[in-house]
Amino acid sequence: MSRFQIEIPSDPACLRIIRSSVESICSMAGMDENDSCKVVLAVDEACSNIIRHSYEGATDKPIICEGRLESGTLFFTLRDFGKKVDPSEIQPRELSEVRPGGLGVHFIREVMDSVVFEDHGEEGTCLLLEKRISSGAQA
Amino acid sequence: MEIETEDLGNAFLVRVSGEVDMSNSPIVRETLIGLIGEKVPAIVVDLGEVSYMDSSGIATLVEGLQETMAYGGKFRIAALTPKVMQVFELARLTDVFDIFADVGEAKEGL
Repeated sequence: MSRFQIEIPSDPACLRIIRSSVESICSMAGMDENDSCKVVLAVDEACSNIIRHSYEGATDKPIICEGRLESGTLFFTLRDFGKKVDPSEIQPRELSEVRPGGLGVHFIREVMDSVVFEDHGEEGTCLLLEKRISSGAQA
Repeated sequence: MEIETEDLGNAFLVRVSGEVDMSNSPIVRETLIGLIGEKVPAIVVDLGEVSYMDSSGIATLVEGLQETMAYGGKFRIAALTPKVMQVFELARLTDVFDIFADVGEAKEGL
């Protein structure tokens, strides 16, 4: 099993640190470059949403990102300690309407096999993302 | 991320390179909005050196397209790498933009 856990401040300039870690574990999983790019995008968008919505743009709050490869599936956990998110409000928008914004949630749901918001009653939100590795890649 | 503009006479070329994410897409937006404010006849955005683009980068380009079309200008994007093209495909935007294989092709007919 491969795993990483990193904590970054909620500064958009630090998102590249998470992207780099996600790209590494995707590579270790044997994922092809196209799928790897999509997974990196999905995790990045989830972190961007934390900065925008949970922390309302504050740049000094913690985001904890854990990634692990287990039994042919990549699991990502994103933990923040900001404003609680109502999962019912996090829905992808209708793509036939061409307008700026609102694409991040669509990307996350399109790319990932499972997207679950966990509420443990504590402050903040825990987002669980899963991506199964296609056959031929390392389990 | 780096961005530079070049006056081509009948159009402005906006050359973007590096990773475009929410930390720097406002800089891309600022550049495009500046050109749009001058109602330049055409904008060609060269994405050939862009290695990553998130939804904020896509949103910036959608806004650029819509604002340019609003005054009758042309907005073209060129030289998308496979990684960036993939993001446009995920966003179902490949038929919305005028996408060209390279800058030379994008400049034709302007």
